[in-house]
Amino acid sequence: MKPVTLAGLMALLATSAARAVETVENSLEAQSTEASGGMPQLDFGNPLMLAQVIWLLIIFGVLYYVLAHVVLPRFDSVLENRRNRIQGDLEAARSAKAEADNALDAHRRATARSRADAQAAITEALATAQADATAQAAVLNAKLNDQIAAAEARIATARDTAMGALREVATDTAAALVQRLTGLNEPAAIDAAVQRELTAQGRA
Amino acid sequence: MAAEGKTIDALSQFELTHAFGPVGAAVNFTQSNAHMLAAAVVIVAVMAMGIAPRAVVPGRLQAMSEMFYEFLENLVTGQVGHEGKRYFPFVFTLFMFVLFGNVIGLLPYAFTYTSHIAVTFALAALVFIVTTGVALALHGRKFFGYFFPEGAPLWLAPIIVPVEVVSYLSRPISLSVRLFANMVAGHVLLKVFATFVVLLGGLGVVGPVMAVLPLSVNVLLIGFELLVAFLQAYVFAILTSIYLHDAVHLH
Repeated sequence: MKPVTLAGLMALLATSAARAVETVENSLEAQSTEASGGMPQLDFGNPLMLAQVIWLLIIFGVLYYVLAHVVLPRFDSVLENRRNRIQGDLEAARSAKAEADNALDAHRRATARSRADAQAAITEALATAQADATAQAAVLNAKLNDQIAAAEARIATARDTAMGALREVATDTAAALVQRLTGLNEPAAIDAAVQRELTAQGRA
Repeated sequence: MAAEGKTIDALSQFELTHAFGPVGAAVNFTQSNAHMLAAAVVIVAVMAMGIAPRAVVPGRLQAMSEMFYEFLENLVTGQVGHEGKRYFPFVFTLFMFVLFGNVIGLLPYAFTYTSHIAVTFALAALVFIVTTGVALALHGRKFFGYFFPEGAPLWLAPIIVPVEVVSYLSRPISLSVRLFANMVAGHVLLKVFATFVVLLGGLGVVGPVMAVLPLSVNVLLIGFELLVAFLQAYVFAILTSIYLHDAVHLH
């Protein structure tokens, strides 16, 4: 059953294909016989051909005139206007950028200047403070030195006084000892001995 | 008509008939000219309505019309140089006229006036006359030096001059035949495959199924023809610009 249907279908296909080819061939033959009549485009005997060209020139001429003198100049002005507008906007943007650059530069310069000023002020204040401190220290030193000198002088006086008293005490003690031991009273010899002894000890 | 007679009649679509009834018949106004008129009206409408808002930031239609304008302006100034701006309206009109003729011709029932050698040759002859006129106006008698390049040995003149003259004179022929042949070939192909669709559709059960094949071919062809329509208009415009360049600069 199935192969039969398939075969039938194939046969139908083949016959219709054959018919199609036949028809096409027929028509092509008809076409070729008809083509001996020529293409309508090459039938220059046809009065419509000349009329067509004349009307073409008229229509093309009018179209050219309308486009060249009415329509296209409008495009010129619109496009020119747009170009100018864009150019103007670009220039404005460029000048704004230059202005901003200048402002930034000025700002930078001002910052640098104020920083330098601050630095100078700090240095100056430091120097003044240092000078003040040095001067005060010098005054204080001088005062202390004076006090030290005075104290040393007082000490020297006190020692000298003490030293003087030492000679008296030594002389008196020596005289008393000599009196008691020997019964002699020779103040000159005692004085000389005390003087010699003190000199030897470095306390004269 | 073609299917009824069981023949493929690919050429009758190019036949000229009268348009606009008795008025058209009185002045021999053909359907070809009617399509030219339609193309011209569409061109002017698209361009004029496009630029009407005169907006700094263009809308869609204005952007499209400006695209046409700038595309051709760049083409002309690129080929001819800055002094070519004078000839821009001419090249623009040519390009738009050919482009819209090709594209409108692809619409169903429409006639393609660029498929007539008389039309394309008339346009090419116009280009030839304009470029030669420009060259003569700008350079006077020096224009004829174009046919003999400076510095070439004089004894070569008998060869060079005829070759240059022939190549110069054959310009309008190649320009017109290229456009004509492209449009005719495309429309004949479309018609042949469309007729196949109708013929096969009438062949019993399997025919309509097989007819899908030429139909899909036609779908592809329409896309291809749109490309050709634009390409041939572009070729026409750029060759005109090149000829204008030669006319302005003499090589």
